[in-house]
Formats: sequence, C-alpha cells, structure tokens
Amino acid sequence: MPALGADMDEGTVLEWLVKPGDEVHKGDVIAVIDTAKAAIDAESFHTGTVEQLIVGVGQTVPVGTVLATITEAAAQAAAAPPAMPTEVAAQAAPPEREPERAPAAPGRPAAPISPLIRKVAHELGVDLAEICGSGRGGAITRADVERTAARQQKAAGQPPSPAEARIKATPRARRVAAELGVALASVTGTGPGGSVREADVRRAAPAAEAAPAPEAAPAALAARSGAERTQLMRQAIARLMARSKREIPHYYVSNTVDMTSALDWLHERNREREVSERLVPAALLLKAAALAARKVPGVNGYWVDDQFRPADAVHLGLAISLRGGGLLTPAIHDAADLRLAELMGRTRDLVIRARAGRLRASELADATITVTNLGDQGVESVFGVIYPPQVALIGFGKITERPVAVRGLIGVRPVVVTTLAADHRASDGYTGARYLTAISDLLQRPEEL
Amino acid sequence: MTPDQVRHAIEEALAQVAPDVDIGSITPDTDLRDDLGLDSLDFLRFVEILSQSTGTQIAEDDYSHLATLASAVKWLADG
Repeated sequence: MPALGADMDEGTVLEWLVKPGDEVHKGDVIAVIDTAKAAIDAESFHTGTVEQLIVGVGQTVPVGTVLATITEAAAQAAAAPPAMPTEVAAQAAPPEREPERAPAAPGRPAAPISPLIRKVAHELGVDLAEICGSGRGGAITRADVERTAARQQKAAGQPPSPAEARIKATPRARRVAAELGVALASVTGTGPGGSVREADVRRAAPAAEAAPAPEAAPAALAARSGAERTQLMRQAIARLMARSKREIPHYYVSNTVDMTSALDWLHERNREREVSERLVPAALLLKAAALAARKVPGVNGYWVDDQFRPADAVHLGLAISLRGGGLLTPAIHDAADLRLAELMGRTRDLVIRARAGRLRASELADATITVTNLGDQGVESVFGVIYPPQVALIGFGKITERPVAVRGLIGVRPVVVTTLAADHRASDGYTGARYLTAISDLLQRPEEL
Repeated sequence: MTPDQVRHAIEEALAQVAPDVDIGSITPDTDLRDDLGLDSLDFLRFVEILSQSTGTQIAEDDYSHLATLASAVKWLADG
C-alpha cells in the first residue's frame, strides 16, 4: 500500500485491474486505491508477471502492506506497488526513477535493523519479522513499528471502514454512473461482495450504452460519495495541517514583484496563438518557483529524522482546490526542466484530473515543495501551511495594478505578492529571502523561463 | 448565431468547466469568473470550448467581453 501523501495511514483496494499471470509494465495502472481524499490509480513500479494478489478488493490495509507480488524478469519477487511509509514517502525517490530498489518481503528485512528500532519493537510487543520495511532499501523505520503496534491494538475491535458503509462500487463504475446519470443505489452489483462494476452500470443504463464517456466530468469526484468524501477529506487535511503547525516552526517572508515584463511578454506570445496553446500568468509563476527552488536548494526537500534532506529534483506540488470543497496537492515532476508550454499542459491536465478523481499514485507521493495560488480568488497574498515532510510552501496572490515608484517616477504597474512559509528547522530567513528574490529576478526575464 | 444559440453554447461550456454550478441560477449580470469561482485555467477552458462551439476566434483582448452572460451573448451574437 503506497503512501499517497504524508497524510495517508491506510488505503482500501477498490479494484484490481490485473490478475495473476498478467504481464505488467512499470507505470501501468494495476489497481485503484481509495484514500480518505480520493480514489487514486496505483501504478506498478516494476515490470514482470503478477504472481499473487495478496490484498483483496474491499480490504483496508495500513500503508506499507504488500498488496501483490510481481515476478520480475530476474525472477525476484517484489511488492507492487512497493511499500512506502507515511513518514518517508516523499523522501524516497519516485520508484520509477529507482527501479532497482526492491522492497523487502515480509519476514526478510533487506536492510539492517537499528538497535533503536529493536528496542521500540520490543517495548511495543511487535514482531519485526512481520513488518514490511518501508525505509530506504526496505529498512524498517520507527513509523513502521508504531503503525504495526497501533494496528495490533485495534485489531480486536476494528470499526467498519467508511468505504463499506456506502454503496460498494468500483471507481470506474462510479465514474460511468455519474457520466450516464445512473443512481448507484438502483444498480444490482455483481462484483465481490455485491459491489457495483462498470458493466452493471452500463446494463442499468441501456439508453446511454452507445454514448461515449465524456471527457473528465469534474463532478465525478463529488458524485463518488458526496458528503462522506468531503468529510473524510476534511479530516485528512485537518490531521496533516495540525501536525504541520504542531511540529514545524514556520517563518514567513514576502515580496512584491513587478509583473510588467512578464505580462507584456505573455500577452505578446498569446496574441499569436490558438486558445488551446495560450499560457496563463500562473504558468510563469510556477516555472519561476521551480527554477528558484533549484537555485536555492535549501527550501526544496524534506525534514526527516531530525535533519534536512535536500531533494535532487524539483517536483512542484500544486494545491488544487476541488470545486466541491477540499484540496489535493499532486506534483508536477521535474517542473524546472519543463518548457512553459509543457508546464502549462501538465498543470491543466492535473487540475482536470484532480477534480475528476483520476490522479495517479506517483503524482501524489513525492512533491518536494508546494505552491498555492489564490490569486484567482482575489486575495492579495497567502501565507500557507507547509505540507510535512516538505519544508516550504510558496504563495501567490492576485496580480493587481498598483502605483509603483520606478526610477523616481510613480507609475501604475501590475504586481503580485509572493510569499514563502518555510521550516525554520531546515532553513533561516536569509535562505527564504534569497528564494523569493530569485523568483522576482526570474520573472523580470520571462523569455528565459 | 442567435442570442438563444449563444446562450445555450455558453451554458454548455459552463456545464463542462464547472459542473457544480446551477445554470438556472445564472442571471444576465452574473460575473462568470468571480461569481462562479472560475480560476484562470477554468476560464481558459471555458473560452476554448466556447470558441469551438461557436466557431468564433476569441483573442485574449476579447476576454473582457465575456465578463457576464449578457455581455458575452451580445458580443458573440453580434460578432
């Protein structure tokens, strides 16, 4: 069970898209996982043959549990997706970039176990052989031990999972039902435990059978489970943000950036282009944020095990508000290396899929720094709350026209307030200030973005 | 296009971009961006869909014509 963000403790397998014997390739979507926030497409991190599906549909298991085994070409059994702990999910390089990392099979820890972990396990009465380590190289972390202990404690009186309380249906079925206007309650499910599958929905909607599925109806997520989903997402956000404010000593810096050059350049560029190829100012801000994170690496990475670990790449998390309430923060991978048009395309794609509930696991696990852009909502500035274990969050406000003094003269210019909330354990105000100055400098040379 | 056809095209585009919006609640003076909570990406998509469905070239300088339902209908129907 991969950790899809630092706020995820457990997940429910909603649907397997493969069966034993199937060939899978790295990056194939093999299962749909329900989390507190949304149903997520989980990809295989390995290429090989599916050997066994260990966790059944409808089962809720903690992060780090082996979901299935895949026999790789070299005949090594490996978990798919590999176990990743909540605490270090984002810290580990995304698995597709590190294919040789084989997670430890249960009972055979691949990495040495530290005396501290042994001590904690002993105190909590946890058998280390039963834990699938989720640290680097399959190492068992303290979080693994504590999670296992917590699981054992509540194993006796496990309350029914929220997913079971509502109508059982695969995400695909829910999507199709929303698109075809079929009420799930009216559909007789033929899947495991009476769960509703796509075919059941299509049977219940004969008139709509021939209609192709329309593109990404943003209502899909809301339709999925309505109020309950909203409540679960609220709780997940509450846990993570409370943890952030409890653990992270935030410091804040802000800067007002002249956007004249950037907007003039953008306007000129957009003038010659079709609507589908136009850029919005947010694309420039995102690119500048990503490039600046490369220039000032002290704000890009994770605070783990009492130390700052700078990230090698810039995976820019994007706070995307969902129209029904709540938010998701998928990452644009290697954002600093993308051309503006690519970055714009990825952003549009992420927003549409986030709102439609079609994000992939790899997009939710590994942001190295996050941006929140509330300019469209009309506010001047936003001082955000950092997503642990990240160490910084950038805020962009609305681009507004303001009187500005330039070379002794007052003129009216478009400006944007950029802010940075940063973890004082990982960096000092000096670093934060350099970061915001770097963004400002980059935005004065938009043609180089 | 007739004003009714344009209004229909606008409602169709909004339904795709912001399916949570109750189209019936939109008055001629509703601000399509601020009142409906469309962000810049939503609005770009709205323009893209509208441009395709009405066959109208909509330049960035024309966005101001799409501020409200009334102004958009007037501009697109006249154009």
